[in-house]
Amino acid sequence: MSPLLLGVGEEGQTDITLLASSASTDSICQNGSGLKERNYMGLSDCSSVDSSAVSSLSEEKKNNLNLKATELRLGLPGSQSPERDPEIFLMSSAKLDEKPLFPLLPSNDGFCPLSQKIVVSGNKRVFSDAMDGFSEVRSSVFTEGNWLFPTAGPDSETAQSVTQGKFPVSSGINVMLPSKPTPNSGVKSISLKENSGAQPATMKEIVPPKVLQERPRAANETSHNHRSAANNNSSAPAAKAQVVGWPPVRSFRKNTLAVTSRNNDEVDGKPGPGTLFIKVSMDGAPYLRKVDLRTYTAYQELSSALEKMFSCFTIGQCGSHGVPGKEILSESKLRDLLHGSEYVLTYEDKDGDWMLVGDVPWEMFIDSCKRMRIMKSSDAIGLVLTSGKRLTVNTALETPREQELASVNRKIAFRPAIQMGNNPWQGGKTQEGNQVKSREESGHLRTGGASRGLDAHLIM
Amino acid sequence: MTYFPEEVLEHIFDFLSSHLDRNAVSLVCKSWFRVERWSRRRVFIGNCYAVSPERLIARFPRVRALTLKGKPHFADFNLVPHDWGGFVSPWIEAMTKSYPGLEELRLKRMVVSDDSLELLSRSFPNFKSLVLVSCEGFTTDGLAAIAANCKHLLELDLQENEVDDSRGQWLSCFPDSCTSLVSLNFACLKGEVNLVALERLVARCPNLRSLRLNRSVNLDTLRKILMQAPQLVDLGTGSYVHHPNSEAYVKLINVVKSYKSVRSLSGFLEVAPRCLPSIYPICLNLTSLNLSYAPGIQSTQLIKLIHHCRNLQRLWILDCIGDKGLGVVASSCKELQELRVFPSDPHGVGNAAVTEEGLVAISMGCPKLHSLLYFCQQMTNAALITVAKNCPNFTRFRLCILDPKKPDPVTLQPLDEGFGAIVQSCKGLRRLSLSGLLTDRVFLYIGVYAEQLEMLSVAFAGEGDKGMLYVLNGCKNLRKLEIMDGPFGDVALLMDVGKYETMRSLWMSSCEVTLGGCKALASKMPMINVEIINENDQMEENPDDGMKVEKLYLYRTLDGSRRDAPDFVWTL
Repeated sequence: MSPLLLGVGEEGQTDITLLASSASTDSICQNGSGLKERNYMGLSDCSSVDSSAVSSLSEEKKNNLNLKATELRLGLPGSQSPERDPEIFLMSSAKLDEKPLFPLLPSNDGFCPLSQKIVVSGNKRVFSDAMDGFSEVRSSVFTEGNWLFPTAGPDSETAQSVTQGKFPVSSGINVMLPSKPTPNSGVKSISLKENSGAQPATMKEIVPPKVLQERPRAANETSHNHRSAANNNSSAPAAKAQVVGWPPVRSFRKNTLAVTSRNNDEVDGKPGPGTLFIKVSMDGAPYLRKVDLRTYTAYQELSSALEKMFSCFTIGQCGSHGVPGKEILSESKLRDLLHGSEYVLTYEDKDGDWMLVGDVPWEMFIDSCKRMRIMKSSDAIGLVLTSGKRLTVNTALETPREQELASVNRKIAFRPAIQMGNNPWQGGKTQEGNQVKSREESGHLRTGGASRGLDAHLIM
Repeated sequence: MTYFPEEVLEHIFDFLSSHLDRNAVSLVCKSWFRVERWSRRRVFIGNCYAVSPERLIARFPRVRALTLKGKPHFADFNLVPHDWGGFVSPWIEAMTKSYPGLEELRLKRMVVSDDSLELLSRSFPNFKSLVLVSCEGFTTDGLAAIAANCKHLLELDLQENEVDDSRGQWLSCFPDSCTSLVSLNFACLKGEVNLVALERLVARCPNLRSLRLNRSVNLDTLRKILMQAPQLVDLGTGSYVHHPNSEAYVKLINVVKSYKSVRSLSGFLEVAPRCLPSIYPICLNLTSLNLSYAPGIQSTQLIKLIHHCRNLQRLWILDCIGDKGLGVVASSCKELQELRVFPSDPHGVGNAAVTEEGLVAISMGCPKLHSLLYFCQQMTNAALITVAKNCPNFTRFRLCILDPKKPDPVTLQPLDEGFGAIVQSCKGLRRLSLSGLLTDRVFLYIGVYAEQLEMLSVAFAGEGDKGMLYVLNGCKNLRKLEIMDGPFGDVALLMDVGKYETMRSLWMSSCEVTLGGCKALASKMPMINVEIINENDQMEENPDDGMKVEKLYLYRTLDGSRRDAPDFVWTL
């Protein structure tokens, strides 16, 4: 998981603190998987997360403190503090849907007690929310319920009824399975049955997960149903991983693919086997991001992906929009900003030189890029070199000598960082037409062209 | 039936290639039985514990080719403990004395030791072909023995075996006199191989048709190999990584361009996607493409590649191709007969997975499709009904929705109707795998319509004993039934115990079957081995009969309970 998600997540806080009691059961479940994910993220990105991670942690703590305060302040009737009557807790958890149950599956190891103390954690809540944005839209039938749920209302009574109204999906499945009804009638009958407050039934339902916890493959019917419900929830990868023998992929294949895809970090929802991860920093942004260059095929794709990632910082108001859909807005704003040349995208090549992204053919860029930085263009002036000369793309580089020349050339070459919607190397169009000169000429321009390069940069 | 002399009968029988036909022939009369017995060259044994090696030898004294299978199918998915059994050594030991003319051995899911391979390589002077699929227990030392000692070796085919690589020199053990190889597949080996030895071997085997390399074979070596073996029909590349501007790559392009013989392409275990355009020139010739071990190829590159492959009959691919990519397959590959879409992230989360959309597109674009393995994110009844209508020729239909018990996401209904449509319209269906949310109704459909069904895999499906009974009572041709996580119990298990004598095996894990039920079955059916896999000491010394059985494997056998069972396997 990336820090950005956390960033987005923090915005969700306001929602979360409002959730109050009924949501707490839900957020417990988020904790189970959420904690794991966060650790994973922390590990994979530890060098880059630094300050932001710390801040998000403290946010989390604040949240916990906030929780009670919020509840009290809001004074929501029927709201349920952690030390509330356990029966009601059970009832509501079973009624809301299966979600409270599934966290028990992955958390053999003390996540549970922990999360119960935390109860409401903006972080976790948010995590699943952020996941939704990044994961397949398809799978969101259930997650949607997940996400909407907190807004259902602080009152536990109303929350339940609202939930039943709003999420026939999950509750439908819940009851449908054990009682073998026709699925159609399932939804209605549930709400009736559950509303009548059948405590023994709910108690019974909540027990099996504990069995599951000890022995994931416990063979009784209810547990299957619980498990299935858990698995239906697409925000619970950990629960899925528990099912031995599923998905039915040969273990040889699993192992082989696992070797190949060393890094399962993902960008834009694509899995990252055969990956090439590069760190991207941005001036003024509190953390770095990693992108897998192999998931892009052209500068255009890369730049729009980076826009999505960093747009919140260029807008300077990242707190206000957590909904993925709003990215479009910020994207276009960034585009404006970039066109207004406030930022340039630069990269460090294999030789340790900082270059402008877009100055060589894409493939060559992938080969040489070590990391990237989105610089304020004012800072980039001193760095970006010299000449306005370089090779054309179509020149075949066959001999080592030629390649060497090319590499020299591209270092003295210069381009504005991101040209939206226009790959200069494919379209053959360049802003500075005079840069495209013959190879013979360009080989000797390292110093001579310096002033012109600077000019060009200032124009930008 | 004594109209023909036995020599004539034998000659006629030689034209029967299917072992089912030969089985039928042997039942006609004593004379035919005798002739068939002496003329049988190939034997298939679907379960190595169903019959003893001695019995095989007594029945068929002149076997040249043997196919043996070991562990149950669910062993593929880690449901069978590592040291469960399935050893080939007793077979090889028995055959050394009786089958000096053995030429071919094909093993699947068996434990093969280096000693066995060594013995094999020294005992059969005419040995020609060794095919190991999903086997384990051996190292490259065993392979070295095969290479060094089997002078007439035509085929060495290693598919998805777990092999310990002790050292990479096994390829150098092929003697200089070895020039007969037709097929060599070592794609599953993880370690280095001697590239020089490989080049020399390929160069001196003029009949080599199939060559599948492992990831240690780089692009430059591949180029040299291709130059020396222009006759290859089936090629599996290893590492396909190169700088697109390098000299070697340009040379490779030229070699590939003139490479017209290849019909089947696989591999790309490591791949630099930008090198892929180099194979475009041969794509039109391809009838088989397997990129299911090439996670390095992203969707866009896959789609470009598929555009060029207009004659594919078989395509194995990862789900990162996406629904859009499957749409391209549908519009490009009109000849497609077999499609397998594997998850690129088999550990669960499933980001890239395909959906019903892709499958529907395929069914509309590829009318010849008859075999499918499809891992997907979700599936709808409507889609399955459409697929059933578009492709009534399915013989194998294996659908795996990565979320177990996931209903139709549109209607939230179980997928009973969808699978029902499949079994109803695909009359020739022989193999079926179910997934998603399913009630007993789907089993009713299967029992009623799937007359040709031979193997059924079930996971997380059904509501009670009825479901399993529908299948057992209905599917007349059922040979293998495997169930994981189902609500089926003793009632279903014991209702028609005679059925199990017509089947090869039944697997039930995490079902409702009790120890008492299994015991009752075992006592009624002496020809059936009822095995319980008792891991983690879940059962004590004198367990209660009401105790649930975690894993049950039962199979018919002529050999009684097996003698090599480990402690955790109880044969009742």
